[in-house]
Amino acid sequence: MTCLPKQTDKKLGLVIDLDICVGCQACATSCKEWNTSGYSAPLSDHDPYGADPSGAWLNRIHSFEATTAKGVSKTVHFPRSCLHCEEPACVTVCPTGASYKREEDGIVLVNPDTCIGCKLCSWACPYGAREYDYDDGVMKKCTLCVDRIYNENIPEEDRVPACVRACPTGARAFGDLGDPDSDVSKSVAARDGFNLLDEFGYKPVNKYLPPRINSVQAAPAAEEPAAPDGSRLEKLFAWADKALSR
Amino acid sequence: MHPAYSVILFTTSSGAGYGLLFWLSLAHMAGRLPGGAMAFIAVALALVLITAGLLSSTFHLGHPERAIGAFSQWRSSWLSREGVAAVATYIPAGLLALIWLIGAEAGVTKLLALLSATGAVATVYCTGMIYGSLRTIRQWNKGLTPVVYLALAGATGALLLGAMMSIFGAAADWVGVVTLMSLVAAGATKLAYWRQIDADPGQYTTEMATGLGGEGGSVRPLDPPHTKPNFVMREMGYQVARKHTRRLRRLSVIALFAVPIVAVLIAVLASGGAAILYLIATLTAGWGVATERWLFFAEAEHVSQLYYGANRA
Repeated sequence: MTCLPKQTDKKLGLVIDLDICVGCQACATSCKEWNTSGYSAPLSDHDPYGADPSGAWLNRIHSFEATTAKGVSKTVHFPRSCLHCEEPACVTVCPTGASYKREEDGIVLVNPDTCIGCKLCSWACPYGAREYDYDDGVMKKCTLCVDRIYNENIPEEDRVPACVRACPTGARAFGDLGDPDSDVSKSVAARDGFNLLDEFGYKPVNKYLPPRINSVQAAPAAEEPAAPDGSRLEKLFAWADKALSR
Repeated sequence: MHPAYSVILFTTSSGAGYGLLFWLSLAHMAGRLPGGAMAFIAVALALVLITAGLLSSTFHLGHPERAIGAFSQWRSSWLSREGVAAVATYIPAGLLALIWLIGAEAGVTKLLALLSATGAVATVYCTGMIYGSLRTIRQWNKGLTPVVYLALAGATGALLLGAMMSIFGAAADWVGVVTLMSLVAAGATKLAYWRQIDADPGQYTTEMATGLGGEGGSVRPLDPPHTKPNFVMREMGYQVARKHTRRLRRLSVIALFAVPIVAVLIAVLASGGAAILYLIATLTAGWGVATERWLFFAEAEHVSQLYYGANRA
C-alpha cells in the first residue's frame, strides 16, 4: 500500500558529517558492492571501464565549493543518497504499491517483484535519490542495507549499512533518529544537524552535520611580483633572453 | 524532463480520443448526433485513439506485463486513478459502440453517453494531475496543468468530431461553433499557462539543496560524482535552448490554434469544402499538440538538478 504509515516505530537513518568527509568514494563503492550481490538483481553496469560508463548507484558523492558571505570558501564533499523521508511523495505516487515505507523502522523500499518501472517515483524525489535500472527494468534505491542491519548471519559489528562500515573517517553514522537519546540524535543536536531542502517539506530522516567553515581562514593574498627597476642585472637577463631567442 | 515519445503519443492520442468521446456523448444526449454508421465510427475512432495511447504508454515501462498492479493504489496515486478511470470508461463507451454497431434501439444510450462523457473528463483530469501533483517540477505543479490537459483534449476531440461529421456530410453549424469555442478556450488556457510558468523563477536554490554557504553565501559544483551523465541527469536534466522554446511555442500556437480556428471559421461560413477544411485543421492541430506536449516535458525543470549545477528550480 503506497499510503504512508501515520507514524513509524523507529526512524532509522544516517547522519553524514560534511566536516570530515574526504570524498574518497569508499561508501559509494562498498554500497555498490553490497547491493549488487544482495537480495535483488545486480545493479546494472554498462561499459564500467570504458569511455562511457553508466549504471545504477544508490549513493553519489559530489564535491561543492561553499563560499560564505565573507568570501571564505571551502571544498565540501557531499554524499547524496535516499533520505528515507517521513512524508515522501515517491511512495504515494507509486501506482502499484511497489514503493513503500516500513511502519516498523521507517525505511523506504521498492519491491522489485511488483515495480513496473514507470519511473514516476524518481520524478517525485527532489533529491535525485532513485536510479532506474535499465537491465532489470525496475527502480533502485538505498535500502539502508535492510539485509545487513537485521542480519544475524553476519558479525554484530557488520550489522550497519555498508557505507557506514566502509567510511574510513567516521563521517557516516547509522541509528534511530526518532530516539532523542540515540548517539545519532545527540550528534545532530550537538552539531546543529540539518535537513537537505527542508523547505520542500518531505521531512527527511537522514541528517547532515555542517562543515566547521568558520575554522577556515581566508588565504592570504598572493604577493605581487616586484615591478622592473631597470637594474644592470635585469638588463643582463633581457640581453640573454634576446640572444637565446634568435 | 526528458520528453519520451511514447508518453507524448499517449497523452495526445488518448486526449483526443477522450475529447471525441466527450463531445459525441454530449451531442447524443442533446439528440444532435446523426445515427447509423457515423455514430458507430465516431465512438470506434475514439476507442481506437484511446487504446493506441494507452498501449503506447506501456512502452516506456520496464515491466509492462505487471501493469495490472497499477490499478491497485488509487487511494494515493494519480497514475493509478488514471488507470482505473480509463478502464471504467471503456465499459459505457464499449457498450455504446456495441449498441450502435448492431443498430439496436435502446433507451439506455443516453445514460451510457452520460457515463462515457463523465469518464472521459475524469480520465483526462487524472492524466493532468499525474504531472500537476509533482512538486519537484514547478512548471507542472500548477493549477492550470490539468485544465490545459482537459482543454486540449476538448479542442482536439471537437476537431475530430467536426471532421467526422463533415466527411459524412452531416456538418452542422453547432459542431463548428463548439469546435471554435473549445479551440479559443484551449488557446487562452495554454497562453495563460505559459505566462504563469515564465513568471516563476523557482523557489529552491543550490544553497537550500546542500545546506551550504550559510546566510548570504554561495555554492558551486566542483567535482561531479560521476564522469558521465547518470539516470537522474538524463531523465530529469533534459534542457531545451531558450530560443528554440520561443520558436516552438510560436509554431505550436500557429499549428494548434491559429490554423484550425481559421479553417473551421471558413468551414462554418462557406458553403462547401467543409470536409477538406476540417481535415486540414485536424492534421495541423495534431502536429501542433505533439509539439506542445514535447515542450511541456522539455521545458520542465526538476529540483534534483540543483545538485548538478542548476542554480534555481
